[in-house]
Parts: sequence; structure tokens; C-alpha cells
Amino acid sequence: MRELTYRDALREALREEMLRDETVFLLGEDIGRYWGGAFKVTKGLAEEFGDDRVRDTPISESAIVGAAVGAAITGMRPVAEIMFGDLSALAMDQICNQAAKICYMFGGQTKVPLVVRTPFGAGVNIASHHSQSLEAWFMHTPGLLVAVPSTPFDAKGLLKTAIRGSNPVMFFEHKLLYPVKGEVPDENYTIPFGLADVKLEGEDATIFATLHMVQKALAAAQELRKQGTSVEVIDPRTLVPLDSKAIAKSVKKTGRIVIVTEDSKTAGTSAEIAAIIAEEALDYLDAPIRRVAEPDAPIPFSPSLEQYVIPDEKAIIRAVKEVV
Amino acid sequence: MPRKEKAIELYRQMLRIRHFEEKVYEMYGQNLVPGTIHLYVGQEAIAVGVCANLRKDDYITSTHRGHGHCIAKGADLRKVMAEILGKKTGYCKGKGGSMHIADFSIGMLGATAVVGAGIPIAVGAGLSIKLRGTNQVVACFFGDGASNQGTFHEGINMAAIWSLPVVFICENNLYAMGTRQSMVMKIEKIADRAAAYGIPGVAVDGNDVLAVYEATYEAVNRARQGGGPTLLECRTYRHKGHSRFDPATYRPQAEVEEWLRKDPILRFEAKLREMRLLTEREAEELEREATLAVDAAVKFAVESPYPAPEEALENVYAE
Repeated sequence: MRELTYRDALREALREEMLRDETVFLLGEDIGRYWGGAFKVTKGLAEEFGDDRVRDTPISESAIVGAAVGAAITGMRPVAEIMFGDLSALAMDQICNQAAKICYMFGGQTKVPLVVRTPFGAGVNIASHHSQSLEAWFMHTPGLLVAVPSTPFDAKGLLKTAIRGSNPVMFFEHKLLYPVKGEVPDENYTIPFGLADVKLEGEDATIFATLHMVQKALAAAQELRKQGTSVEVIDPRTLVPLDSKAIAKSVKKTGRIVIVTEDSKTAGTSAEIAAIIAEEALDYLDAPIRRVAEPDAPIPFSPSLEQYVIPDEKAIIRAVKEVV
Repeated sequence: MPRKEKAIELYRQMLRIRHFEEKVYEMYGQNLVPGTIHLYVGQEAIAVGVCANLRKDDYITSTHRGHGHCIAKGADLRKVMAEILGKKTGYCKGKGGSMHIADFSIGMLGATAVVGAGIPIAVGAGLSIKLRGTNQVVACFFGDGASNQGTFHEGINMAAIWSLPVVFICENNLYAMGTRQSMVMKIEKIADRAAAYGIPGVAVDGNDVLAVYEATYEAVNRARQGGGPTLLECRTYRHKGHSRFDPATYRPQAEVEEWLRKDPILRFEAKLREMRLLTEREAEELEREATLAVDAAVKFAVESPYPAPEEALENVYAE
């Protein structure tokens, strides 16, 4: 099968959906012909679809998302790009009070088919305002859907589903994944939300991981296998809706769970997953739930500091060894 | 000056809003209305003067003080009242209430209660119109307080650079809750801010329905023909406090009395009478008609059931 980078897979999803449905359009800062997006995801699309449908905006995050909301409730399918996940804070009212609540507040009179794409993640030395992982903010806002693809295949299939849907989707990419290659079939496909994917089957312990942490979990699993421990890696692919059944099933099989996420620990993604496992599968656990997450600190600049706070393979291996 | 029928229609709509709001005020006092209310009494000329220039398929966005906008755009009084009472038959099935009424069937894209948040949404509706290639327009209502929000700057700038068909209507009632305009901005005319975005800024007497009508006529035509947005400031005054329990003691009595004398409905009635476009009998008939319509809305709303409790979990996501 052909291989694509995560970046190219995302671009292919955008392109295919724009060809399929003329109400799909993109807006964001520097996504057009002069830059193609800070991470080049939209490169070439303005040339193909024109500046109206691949629309460079002022540096106005609140108006970018607000305009996307207004377009979404009047018949369009906007895909807004926020250049860095941290900057979603600037659009928080439009995301959490408007996009998330409009369908509900107005008694289901309208839908909000809107996608906000933005990259998360540390590891490239760009410090506290360009590196944080903030999934939990949006998981905590009813009315939003949250996608966290870890592979090119998942990125393409989930983005197509997000664009075709009827609800606001926070679509979180990871900046270290953009150049990563993976198999993506030529034929058309979509991936439903709320369907976890077991990235590696195993028997002795389950690792739950998202985004870039899936790669680290798989590397850790490979190392652990050499040492005689068989690890299952499960990737939820979407955090809202969450495939809690699949997570519980894996935990019931292995009896052990290590939750690995890049967001900070307190009230983070990992806290919710731990709570669900405690509610759904506590009797099956043979060891305490372990979490590997970022410590509760902003992301620092200096490489030595930054590497210290990002969960790594060693930390994952250590956590698995504690439970098996 | 519009034709007689149009002029009478403006008067009729203002009366309907006034009667509706006075009734809501009365019912609130009888403990029939949950939560709080922000009444439009005194500002009727703006919603009516603006919406009289709009087609059914044009859009409006509204605010926490939004009953008048809904009614002027053509909403069903019964469903507005039912929503205010939290009934299942309300526009939003009781989920929105007074501050969140919407009627998508008439282009009323909903009221947001976050001050200034409707501005970017109106811009998005304008962008949608442009991309879809229709000649609809958007009227975006907000207050003087909202003009100090970042969304005002971001949204109007965006509409200006893309020449979007949006008319920004700032209802300047001189107070953002209890904060007087002069405490929070250095300028007197909010319309002057239009210069910063390179668009026309027009200030009119918001208690003169014809002045609002004519200024909007021009702005809507410009927008519909691709000429881009306008910032229209309508100076006005709310007769009541900010919300139901606000006695508005921060406003000097002399100021209140001066503005009560400038009541937009009394002024327009006097003008119509003077121009012999309205007889005393016709005026009485219109009053009676407004009372009956509001009474029917109250009856419908009061007799309607509340939503079943478990409906609280419906519509979180669209199908």
C-alpha cells in the first residue's frame, strides 16, 4: 500500500472533501497561497480552489471561529485552522459558548457543522505559548466532539468524517506527527467517531495512548516484548465520543492499565480515562491504574527542560513494569 | 418617508413589542417568568426600523435584550412568550429562555447572551452569503457595551476587508448595565469607530423610527449590492433597568424624564397624527389589536406544558 505523511493525508482529506462538497471551505491565518499553513497542511489548496475557499484571515482567532460558526449555521461547512493549539484560548468563547451550545440552546433548530483544526504538542523548543496539549478543556465542554488522530490513516479518515458531520469538532493534530509516514489506501474511506483502534495486541498490560504518545507507547511495547512482557496498545482516536467499551474490554483482558497522554496530569485526559476504568472495570484490575502524563507545569523552552516534562518511552516502560 | 401602509406597519410593530414587553414585565412580577429578563421598552424604533428593510430570508443576530428583534423580524409572539416562560412549545423547547431565542425559519439566527459574541457570527453569516452567491444581508444587533469587546474590532474589520453584506447596528442606550458610556470610552459617537475599518459610520436618533428606517435602507441597499458593511449607531434609552431587579438608580431622574418624553412610540404616533396618516380610531384599533395578540400569546404560553425533565439531555448534539 502507498505511504503518505500525516500532513499529506490531512491535505488529501481536505482536498477530497472540497471536491466532493462545494460548501466546504477553509479559513485561518496564513493558510493560503503565500504560506500554505504554518505546518504546510493546506499548501497548494488555494491554487487549486481559489482564495475564496482557502481564505487567509487577519490574526483574529475569535472572529475566525465566530465566522466559522456563522457560516456553519447558514449552510456552509467551514474548516477553521488555529495556528497553534495554545491560541485556541483566544477563541474560547466562540468555541465553548457559541459553537458548542448553539444546537442545544436553540432547541435543535440548527446544526453547527464546523471543524477547528489545530496542532498540539511539545518537543520542538517553541516554549509555553506554542506547545501545550489541551484536549481536556474541550472534553469538558458538552456539545463538542474531539478527535486525536495518531497516524496518517486515522488523520485522513477522521478528518473526512469530521467535515461531513453535523457537530462542531475540535480536531487536534500533533506537530511531531506531520512528517511521519504511514499506509493510506488509494480508495475512499472514512473512520467513524467513537471507534477505538487496537494498535498492538497483547496480553499482560494495556497502554492507552493518544496522538504522539501512541508512537512512544508502541516503541515501549517493542522494548518490553524483548523483556518478555506482552503489551496491548489502544488508541481511542476520538476522545468525544469515547469508545469506553473497547477500553474496558482491553483492561478486562489484560487486568492492567497504563494511561499515557501528553497533556498535564491534574484533571487531564488521563484522569477521565482512569475514572471510566474505575467505574467500568475495577473488578478486573490486578494492579493499580498508572498514569504517565506531563507534570503540572507550563512547557519550558530549553531542550533539557522540555525533554524532562514530556512523557518518554522510559517512563512508559517503568510504569508498565510497576503493574505487571 | 415610506408610504402610508408601511408607516402604519412600523407603528403597529412598535406597539406589539411595547405591549409584549410590558406584559412580560407584569408577568415577571407575578412570578410567572423564571430567571431574569432584559426588556426592550424604549428601544422599539430600532428593531422595527431596521427589520422593516429586511426580507424574510435575510438574517439577524441578537442579544440578551432580544425580544424586540425577534418580534420585528416576524417571530410568532406565542412561541416567543412560551420560550420566555420555559415551555415546551417555545422556540427553543424551553432550553434557551429569554436570552436565547432563535427562529431559523425567518433568518433569526439566535440571541447570544455573551456581550459582543454575535458580531463574529453575523460576519460568518455574511461570509456564507458571499460564498453561496445570494444577495441576502445580515443585520447584527448589539449594544454600546459590546463595542468595547475585542469581537467588535475583529468582526467589523473582517467584514470590512471582505466587503461582506452585514449591517452592524449599535443600539447605544448610554449604559452598559450601570456603566455610563463616558466612563468607558473617550468618544461620544460610536459610529466614529467605523473610520478605523474604512467603512461608513452613521449615527442616528434611535428613537426616531423613520430616521432608523432610512439609514438602514441605505445601508441594506449598499450591502445587498456588494458595497460592504456599515456601522449604524442608534442612540436610544431603555425605559426600564438593565434587568428586572435593576432600579437603575445610577441614572439621574431628569435624564430619565427627558428620554421618556422622547418615547419613540409617542413621537411616531404624534407624527402620524400630524400628517393625518393615523386617526384616533385607527390608533385605538391598533392598540386593541396589539393587546389581543399579546393576550393570545400569554394564553398559549401559560397553557402550554413544561418540557419533560429528561428532555434536558436532548439536542446536545445534532443528529
